[in-house]
Amino acid sequence: MKTKFYLLILSTLLVVTSCELDNFDEPDAIFTGRIMYNGEAIPVARNQVRFELWQPEYETPAPIDVAIAQDGSFSSRLFSGKYELRFLQGEGPFKAPTNAINIELSGGKQMDIEVTPYHLIRNLQFSHSSGTISATCSVDQILTGADAKDVERVVLVINRTQFVDANSGSEGSIAQVDATDISNLSSLEMSVEIPIDPKKPDQDYMFARIGVKMIGVEDMIYSQVEKIAL
Amino acid sequence: MKKYIFLAGIITMLAWSCTKNDEEFLDRPPSSLLTQDQIFKDPSAVLSVLGDLYNRYEDFGRLDDWASVAQFNVAYWSEVGRYQEFQNDGWGYGSWGIWDYGYIREINLFLERCEEATELEESLKARFLAEGRFLRASYYFEMVKRMGGVPLILESETYDFSGDASYLQHPRETEAAIYDFVIGEADALKDILPTDVNSKSRATKGAVLAMKARAALYAGSIAKYGTTTPQVSLPGNEVGIPASMADGYYTQALSAAEAIINGDAGAYGLYTKKPNLSENFEALFYDKANNPEAIFVEDYKVGAGKIHYFTGWNQPRYGAEEEEGGRINPSLQLVQSFEMLDGTYAPLENEVGGNPVYYDNIDDIFQNRDARLAGTVILPGSTFKSKPVDIWAGVVLADGSIVSGDSRGQEKTLPGATEQVQVVGFDGPIDGLEFTAQSGFYIRKYQDPNTGSGRRGTQSDVWFIRYRYGEVLLNAAEAAFELAQPDVAAGYLNELRARAGITVPLTGADVSFDKIAHERYVELAFEGLHFFDLKRWRLAHVVLDGNPISETEVTQNIGVASKRETQPYSIWPYRYHNPGDPNDGKWLYKTLRLSRITGADRFQLGNYYSEIGQDLINNNPKLVRNPNQ
Repeated sequence: MKTKFYLLILSTLLVVTSCELDNFDEPDAIFTGRIMYNGEAIPVARNQVRFELWQPEYETPAPIDVAIAQDGSFSSRLFSGKYELRFLQGEGPFKAPTNAINIELSGGKQMDIEVTPYHLIRNLQFSHSSGTISATCSVDQILTGADAKDVERVVLVINRTQFVDANSGSEGSIAQVDATDISNLSSLEMSVEIPIDPKKPDQDYMFARIGVKMIGVEDMIYSQVEKIAL
Repeated sequence: MKKYIFLAGIITMLAWSCTKNDEEFLDRPPSSLLTQDQIFKDPSAVLSVLGDLYNRYEDFGRLDDWASVAQFNVAYWSEVGRYQEFQNDGWGYGSWGIWDYGYIREINLFLERCEEATELEESLKARFLAEGRFLRASYYFEMVKRMGGVPLILESETYDFSGDASYLQHPRETEAAIYDFVIGEADALKDILPTDVNSKSRATKGAVLAMKARAALYAGSIAKYGTTTPQVSLPGNEVGIPASMADGYYTQALSAAEAIINGDAGAYGLYTKKPNLSENFEALFYDKANNPEAIFVEDYKVGAGKIHYFTGWNQPRYGAEEEEGGRINPSLQLVQSFEMLDGTYAPLENEVGGNPVYYDNIDDIFQNRDARLAGTVILPGSTFKSKPVDIWAGVVLADGSIVSGDSRGQEKTLPGATEQVQVVGFDGPIDGLEFTAQSGFYIRKYQDPNTGSGRRGTQSDVWFIRYRYGEVLLNAAEAAFELAQPDVAAGYLNELRARAGITVPLTGADVSFDKIAHERYVELAFEGLHFFDLKRWRLAHVVLDGNPISETEVTQNIGVASKRETQPYSIWPYRYHNPGDPNDGKWLYKTLRLSRITGADRFQLGNYYSEIGQDLINNNPKLVRNPNQ
């Protein structure tokens, strides 16, 4: 009897103290898309290139960071509303729109953002023979004129997992090698030995990609990650 | 009847207890706090308030936080809980940020109240005020180094509870304006503060001049080298100093440094008390009696409650006063960058043409080097507190195989022998075993040679030198070099190099940017200054570029300022065991990268100036964010 009495009091309290204000809707809009140039996604290093979403309707807005995945796509779950999309100055291996892009979200939205990369990697071929992964490629200059940036180095990165980039330490690469000669960007060659680590299990595949570092640009531009059977 | 007597007694008592002085009787001065009036008429009470403000002086490197002096891969950290620092790949944008306007406000309040004080002697009051201003300028200097331009608040402000705090929101000043403030305060204070070489822990003329020289040099180099990283700047110059201002700052730096060198601030000079040059360099940091080199210090005192445990954390593990020690292990890169006595660079010669070099004594490989090496680093074969260290990694057999142990001083039976012998030193190095000399070295600088300094119950009172004459010489040399006076620069560098035993003096033609950077790297190692050198020269993102260092690369380009510093390397001594061979019992060395070092540090452009937190920007929307974050 006593238990029932307590239960009754507790449930009455709960009913009385709850109010309309407690009821928030969950974020309902999914904003997805890719960073594009001429219909082609721009691959970058994972979580290192970002843009910001601002909500100008709020009094003290704070930016929401959206990181770009390594294949050049992004996705973010947000509340419906008006947003301004801005790139930070100097962010990314590309020339991004300098003005804020206004977007209105209600439900889902898919939007590709057009940017101009400084360079792009073309004619990429990977090959494997006896513990060495080799790559040949060319690097095309896309952005010319005053904004053009020169290539500082071209690097072949390999990793055991599909997350491959040159800057995340052992998480992003187990080995990497710079192209020794970058005087002729239309024909580049690199090869890297696969390190043997007795503590890690054997696997018969590797992931690889090429990165290009431009002088004066912090983020590198990459090729898409490729799985190479050994 | 009894009841009435009691009643009468109580009534009488109550009647007597009332007097007309009741109010005075209850109005007692509090015994646990002092009022402002009481403080600001008593010089020793004012000094106590000032002491608290001195105590909150912000240092980047501190002896009570050992890791703070050994960052950026000049050393490996031999402590299990810290290995992760060598497994990650960089720093958050908020790292190293400071924003203590509470401290600024308290200094401002101190200055205002002290200014109003009427009963203090004028000369004393002027000194107190000048010390307060010195501390405030020091904190602004520390902030501008880390955050760039910040709001410059020079008087206490009070909220009026009107609901509108916007009048308390101040925008950021330009980076140059904060440096100008620091330099201007130094100029204003230098003739108020005493000229007293023996006053080390309070502000003196020497201290403000040294601060001015350092601040002006930093500002000048940001102006000059900032052009290499145009991305690290803001349109309003809250970050970044126009290149045209470089020469002006360098000129100020040189004149302030030369004022100290010429004796304007008292008889400061290099510490040269001991005949053995390495011991001399070591003693420079712990000798607190008439030390002419220390200009401004954080002082400690054993038995008086102000102590630190730097020696306990870092003492050689073998023979340590506690069951710990050995945390800072200077890297191979640092050790090899100490020059040969003739002023040339050379890697530690452990191999010639792929064959190991055999040395008779374990420390022969380090011979004929800059005396500062043995004064900064505890090398294998040397001693600490008169006890020899026991750093050797194992025994190499005739076929090249290695016999070693996984506990300190382990014994094993060598092939062809019957008895067990020791196969690894009591100080290691053993890969992954904390407190052993995992890089092959321990730190010597700032270790306290007194008995008990490594005990938790006693600890150490070696002071931390914030400004010293040696750095003043380096600042003068760099400023002179940047002002195209290489001969002057060479003269100042040679004073330091002669003290280090280097026999061939530099000429003006030898002085280059790399030479200056190198001299600062070895002279000022583990003093908390290297980081700001990397930042102001805009080299941090070059030397910490996130790429691992290969074994062939590590011994190349010694003395080049842009050499990669993303990982510390080790060099381990081994004993050669091959009875009958002429090399039996001799020593050979192998370089390696420890297995726990899996990351490579990457300093991003957004790390140059620490992030101003979103909470601060929400409170004060006038604050602009730092670049690249």
